[in-house]
Amino acid sequence: MLSFLKKSAADTEPAGQSGWLGRLKSGLARTGGQLSSLFAGGGKIDDELYEDLETVLITSDVGMDATSLLMADLRRHVREQHLTDAAQLKEALGACLLRLLQPLAQPLDASGHKPFVIMLCGVNGAGKTTSIGKLAKYFQNQGKSVLLAAGDTFRAAAREQLMTWGERNNVTVIAQQSGDAAAVIFDAVQAAQARGIDIVLADTAGRLATQAHLMEEIRKVKRVIAKALPDAPHEVLLVLDANTGQNALSQTKAFDEALGVTGLVLTKLDGTAKGGIVAAIARAHPIPVRFIGVGEGLDDLRPFVAEEFVAALLELNDD
Amino acid sequence: MLDNLTQRLTGVIKTLRGQARLTESNIQDALREVRMALLEADVALPVVKEFTAHVKEAALGQEVIGNLNPGQALIGVVHRELTKLMGEQNVGLNLATTPPAVILMAGLQGAGKTTSSGKLAKMLQTQQKKKVLLVSCDVYRPAAIEQLRTLAQQLEVDFFPSDLSQKPVDIALAAHDYAKRHYHDVLIVDTAGRLAIDAEMMDEIKQLHAKLNPVETLFVVDAMTGQDAVNTAKAFGDALPLTGVILTKLDGDARGGAALSVRNVTGKPIKFVGVSEKMTGLEAFHPERMASRVLGMGDVLSLIEEAHREVDQAEAAKLAEKVKKGEGFDLNDFKMQIVQMRKMGGVAGLLDKLPAQLSQAAAGSKVDDKQIDRIEGIINSMTPAERAKPELLKASRKRRIAAGAGVQVMHVNQLLNQFEQTQKMMKMFSKGGMAKMMRGMKGMLPGMGR
Ligand SMILES: Nc1nc2c(ncn2[C@@H]2O[C@H](COP(=O)(O)OP(=O)(O)OP(=O)(O)O)[C@@H](O)[C@H]2O)c(=O)[nH]1
Ligand SMILES: Nc1nc2c(ncn2[C@@H]2O[C@H](COP(=O)(O)OP(=O)(O)O)[C@@H](O)[C@H]2O)c(=O)[nH]1
Ligand SMILES: [Mg+2]
Ligand SMILES: [Mg+2]
Repeated sequence: MLSFLKKSAADTEPAGQSGWLGRLKSGLARTGGQLSSLFAGGGKIDDELYEDLETVLITSDVGMDATSLLMADLRRHVREQHLTDAAQLKEALGACLLRLLQPLAQPLDASGHKPFVIMLCGVNGAGKTTSIGKLAKYFQNQGKSVLLAAGDTFRAAAREQLMTWGERNNVTVIAQQSGDAAAVIFDAVQAAQARGIDIVLADTAGRLATQAHLMEEIRKVKRVIAKALPDAPHEVLLVLDANTGQNALSQTKAFDEALGVTGLVLTKLDGTAKGGIVAAIARAHPIPVRFIGVGEGLDDLRPFVAEEFVAALLELNDD
Repeated sequence: MLDNLTQRLTGVIKTLRGQARLTESNIQDALREVRMALLEADVALPVVKEFTAHVKEAALGQEVIGNLNPGQALIGVVHRELTKLMGEQNVGLNLATTPPAVILMAGLQGAGKTTSSGKLAKMLQTQQKKKVLLVSCDVYRPAAIEQLRTLAQQLEVDFFPSDLSQKPVDIALAAHDYAKRHYHDVLIVDTAGRLAIDAEMMDEIKQLHAKLNPVETLFVVDAMTGQDAVNTAKAFGDALPLTGVILTKLDGDARGGAALSVRNVTGKPIKFVGVSEKMTGLEAFHPERMASRVLGMGDVLSLIEEAHREVDQAEAAKLAEKVKKGEGFDLNDFKMQIVQMRKMGGVAGLLDKLPAQLSQAAAGSKVDDKQIDRIEGIINSMTPAERAKPELLKASRKRRIAAGAGVQVMHVNQLLNQFEQTQKMMKMFSKGGMAKMMRGMKGMLPGMGR
């Protein structure tokens, strides 16, 4: 049973409930709780059951479009596999969701360039700066040297916020008094080259896609990075808050159009929000999900693993 | 945005035409579309269910008035009920207490608490001449205190310093004491973002509340929030006796269904909305506008209000008077409208606020500021008499004007066409009725309705 989950669960962590999967799950428990009670009875598969399932997807921010797709997929699955027992439906939904999300699970490979320049973007308050703090730790754990660029020159004390993450990680932060994000990041990339640094993490100010001048500004930041180092940035990460509803899809499209987003970071999964929006993204505008954020600490960042995400969202475990 | 309600209902409406009353069977499809539209706008599912049931009840048996069709009548009902649910009218702060009146901010990480604290301080200081003190109890997020300190400095509002070694409750009490001794009217207490399931942190803010006894406890929520808004709002509402809500980041393109979820779950009024990162970007909440936004009907009302703000008031009053008296709306007025449009940020700025359907049509017809320049050029080439009496414009005059403005006669004709449409719309407007005006709005934008 649940063979598709076994491997990864065993691989990553000795699934202690205090582990990250446990934390993620406890956050996702509401959805899972609903599901478990739905399927506990082992009754028959009927319309009501399908509707309850649809409810679970909708309330996880999966969105109407991806929900319809998943429900159609599930019905087909049930027909083809001749499923009759309600208890089997849970696993079947897991399989459908996994099929949708699996293509997004492409880990970030930061080798191949030195320095490897990563630029972060996203709406206000999504978790860009915090994610940089965590990413710095993540890369240092891999034995890489890291440098941070304080590219949020707009928000009050944004620079100081990043400096603190620099101190916590004991890495250099390049910052200026000036208000020009592109100039700061340009400097940082050059400094990284001069110092033989492996990874540059560039912070940017939060912005909404409706602010045309700010979207133009961030395009310029990207162009200027390329002037400091051709090919750079090597990764453009869009940071999405798991609390976000359907607007996350517009965000993905808008930032991708402006910058060519190469990866997503889904933050705040330690809360009650389910992050189902990635299913909508997988359906309408797929971009790899590189990492998930599961807390405010240095260690609260994990690579995105589709099996684990699905398992946590639907609370698909063997118990 | 393709998925707005008006558009969704267009198909359904066709099947409803010619029926005189809203009945269980003729609104079923339409109601399903309403449900879908609300879900796509991020209204939480339980709230959607309750709301559609309510709408159904309110709609059944309603007569379809005049030349409306049942679909339009239903939109009317939906909009009305939605507005009701949002709270009917704007509610401000209640600071009536022995000073200092304490305002406590609460919400998830990154919701906009610190920024809103600054904005509130600014608003109270400049509009109500209050002496305000700001304090941060966020000893967790890096540079959170520094962020508020910077804002206070920018705003020239008093700031009570705190540091990471202190306990939030101690900071708050010290600030309260300071405010009392220095005769501050208002103390705004910023807090760290917290998850509703973080028992320890929720306990901390409960304690803050107990010790401070604030007159206002404001739940700050991001307008982009999805379905989980109900859970979060419920948890904060259960933990704290909230007095109101601030909905932030409404300057984005999120439909903002969370407003409805939060309002429904907490039962507390949305008192303010954040519409910019700047310290001036805090506005009163308007339920009706929010209802239109959630339904994808465009922020027509705020468009009108903005027009009021940006536009020469005397001119506008003259025009309103003219329209009211049913006097001719002439080309001079038309030109004035165009000048106003410029002031409001040109076509792009305007399009943002139009109902989705119209702005789409407009985008499709490639209206741009160049066209507006052309229109202005054409009107400038007319004599005052011609502007006041457009019916004077026969072929020879049109040729002269076209030559003067460096355009083709065709363009002059186009402009006159648009002018006529606008004139019609103005007539409708003078007879009242937002719905009529919205339908007529097409004529207002050059290049549309072709
Ligand atoms: N565009 C826009 N940005 C906003 C608005 N309100 C807040 N912000 C931005 O949202 C981000 C988060 O705002 P903060 O005020 O720091 O939020 P907070 O709730 O104090 O966040 P934490 O203290 O980190 O929990 C900042 O980048 C703000 O500039 C708004 O109405 N519109
Ligand atoms: N619980 C939780 N909070 C987070 C996470 N990531 C970021 N945050 C918080 O969200 C808020 C906004 O984060 P920040 O990094 O400043 O966002 P930015 O504006 O995009 O740079 C801060 O209070 C962070 O502590 C996460 O994964 N979980
Ligand atoms: Mg930041
Ligand atoms: Mg804050």
